[in-house]
Amino acid sequence: MKIREMARRCEAMVRDPELKTVAGWKAAHPGRRAIGYFPVYVPAEVIHAAGMLPVGVFGAGGAVEIDHADTRIQSFVCSVSRSTLELGLTGRLAALDGTIFGSICDVARNLSGIWQRNFPGVLSEYIHYPQNPDSAHAVPYYRGELQRLRDALSRLTGTPATDAALVASLEVYDHNRALVRELYAVRRDEPWRATWREAYHLARAGHVLPVEEHNALLEEALPLLRRRDAPKRDRVRVVIEGSFCEQPTADLLDTIEEAGCYVVEDDLLLGMRWFDRPVAPGDDPLLALARAFVDSPVTTSIRHDRRRKGAALLGRVAAAGAEGVIFSAAKFCEPALLDYPLMRVALDREGLPSLAFEFEEKLGTFESIRTQVETFVESILFFGSEAPAAGAADSPDGRGEGRR
Amino acid sequence: MSDHYEHQGKGRDVQKDMLAAWYKRLETATADGRKVAYLFVPGNIAELLRVFDIEVCYPEINALQCGIKRTSQSLIMTAEDMGYSSDVCGYVKNDIGLLSTGNKGPFGGLPKPDLLLCTYCGCTTFIKWFEQLAEYYDVPIVMLDVPYQRDGSIAPGDVAYLVGQLREIAGACEKLTGRRFDEARLAEILKLSAEAEDLWASILHSARRRPSPFDAYFEAVFFMAPIYALRGTQECVDYYRIAAAEIDERLRHNIGPVPDERFRLVMEGPPPWPAFRSFWELFKTWGAVSVASTYSKVGGFWDRGFRHDPDRPLESIAEYCLGCYTNQSLPMRSGLIRSYVDEYDADAVVIHSVKSCRSFSVGQADFREEFTRMRDIPTLLVESDLVDPRYFQHAQLKNRVDAFFEALEHRRLIGAPAAGAAAPHAAAPHAAAPHAAAPHPAAPGGTRA
Repeated sequence: MKIREMARRCEAMVRDPELKTVAGWKAAHPGRRAIGYFPVYVPAEVIHAAGMLPVGVFGAGGAVEIDHADTRIQSFVCSVSRSTLELGLTGRLAALDGTIFGSICDVARNLSGIWQRNFPGVLSEYIHYPQNPDSAHAVPYYRGELQRLRDALSRLTGTPATDAALVASLEVYDHNRALVRELYAVRRDEPWRATWREAYHLARAGHVLPVEEHNALLEEALPLLRRRDAPKRDRVRVVIEGSFCEQPTADLLDTIEEAGCYVVEDDLLLGMRWFDRPVAPGDDPLLALARAFVDSPVTTSIRHDRRRKGAALLGRVAAAGAEGVIFSAAKFCEPALLDYPLMRVALDREGLPSLAFEFEEKLGTFESIRTQVETFVESILFFGSEAPAAGAADSPDGRGEGRR
Repeated sequence: MSDHYEHQGKGRDVQKDMLAAWYKRLETATADGRKVAYLFVPGNIAELLRVFDIEVCYPEINALQCGIKRTSQSLIMTAEDMGYSSDVCGYVKNDIGLLSTGNKGPFGGLPKPDLLLCTYCGCTTFIKWFEQLAEYYDVPIVMLDVPYQRDGSIAPGDVAYLVGQLREIAGACEKLTGRRFDEARLAEILKLSAEAEDLWASILHSARRRPSPFDAYFEAVFFMAPIYALRGTQECVDYYRIAAAEIDERLRHNIGPVPDERFRLVMEGPPPWPAFRSFWELFKTWGAVSVASTYSKVGGFWDRGFRHDPDRPLESIAEYCLGCYTNQSLPMRSGLIRSYVDEYDADAVVIHSVKSCRSFSVGQADFREEFTRMRDIPTLLVESDLVDPRYFQHAQLKNRVDAFFEALEHRRLIGAPAAGAAAPHAAAPHAAAPHAAAPHPAAPGGTRA
């Protein structure tokens, strides 16, 4: 089966802690550079316009042991931060000519400082994304931040990316976002056509492939998916919330789905869906990108939004035609864990079932999560959405069962 | 004991009375028709609010008060029962526990905020915290987005970004109070701020003396309260005159926080409030004095020369916000600690790493790597929490601290140079300041040696 094979290749690429795909690209393109970025979002267009390959570095997904990072970062910190540092300290990110961190949380922010000390001489940039959407000054400020990034990258090449290059990059990324949106639409409309694991890896391949190649891959995959012959199962349609940064492992994706769910909407890889429409470049493409960022409809725990916590989530649940929500937050992820209680209250108010657990890269057994999800699914199938939430969501804090 | 001295104990006692009066004002603010803004200590813009006679209320100070009065554990557990994870900031949980149990703390009742002014400076969790409060109180957030010092300094354009936002916030205050933004009044208030800042900076600098008259961590946390809670008022200036007189008297009489100063420390990280006294005791017993600390800089870098400036009102407020300790990049932070070691002639660095505050703590293990491996600065890293007593393991901490000082003593015996470019340790005759020693009659400092 073609799709299965494509998804498997994508999975192998993104799960490779040695970044061989990136090293291969650099070997094939002498003199070109690769720039890593930590989740959740990066203005990839600015990197691309500089002639460089943006590479998502989202931890090791459990593929490496943490041996060195523990001396530099404490144990009460999420695994994506610790394993990303481990990848750096063990030389596995040698293909990268620089790394970009953003103001998503204090851990990511401080990781950028640890990076600067431990990898001197390698470009390490930190972007402070604007958090005051009500201010008239947010867009001009962020334009300055994008210009700072453009200048920083030009120090590697000697020449700053031109506006014309930026316009072209906006276009190719707009196309990529449209294709990723279409992939999500398949999952929403006919989730049986691809497993969650397949769809996820088809999308995530865009974190290591050049965007043009990723576009070609999705253009090939999408029509195949639309007419793929796959049995439709009796499963519960759910939205996944809280996995916007550290990504659940491939096994965890399978566990959730095989326990009886169709994941019809999720917040993994949110950075690929930051804009819901093309960015019209106008006279100043950086200003256009800045405005698009500030005006983006994305609501997530790492971005201040004056709407109530539950409102946006309820909107996503309705748009996806989902019957319940699974809060799947990385252990120690403060933004997700702090948003959970109010989101839960909003869902309860609407009678929408929800389940919550925490995961981490080295989550040894999925049996506990499988049981929780199965119970959750059964409660929805047998009692409908009006039934009280099942499983761990009934425990006082709805958490803890999924821990090590 | 303080009979011999005219000024000893005043710095601590007077600020206590001032905080009590401030909390009293807060308790009745709504009934008295005064508006209340909630905001954070780092990057606070109290001066701007005072122009409109808006009362300031700091949820962090409320949380630390609950910690030090040991009411935090039950409040934190109340929040955990509501679904807040055991792994998120204890200050936030303490606050949510407080508001969901009637908002009565050891300091009295708290008013409902009229303005949730999220001074997002040095801590991303601040945003999450106020997003929670916005829903519980049904009050919209007014944001002040303070960019991190990501390139090792204030980036070009950041001051203008803040000034623009400060003008918008002034507009929000005009709307809330129905009063005009009076810039001349702001300049007067900033002048009072700068006066208090001069005095506070001189107190911080006094710890350069050997023996130090002042513990720049354990005592600083009391001495610094007015500069956060009441900065920009005459009352605050008057307080720092009183505090400076106390320090001056200590200098004249050669007294300090321990009877015989044996070790000089630079402290990094916030204190464990629920175990504040026993934590201090672990150091006092070794004759150890904090001569500089980073925690006393979370709200500003007066010791490094920053002053609010009546001639550049909004610009200097912007620079104040941008300059706070936790808004500085890690290389800036470790550089600062190293420079304190030199400047204050310290023997070692002690890092108290707290789980609650990743803004402070992530990177501290890397500091230790740098200090011990590359700079030969003896560095102790211990972990607990700033407000959740469940993480304070006294016996374990005591073992770590004792072992560290034993090693420091050994280092001295074999003649290794002190961390700071130190002269040989001078054993100047030196008595404990009565106030610092007084709360611990059962365990007077220095007996351990």
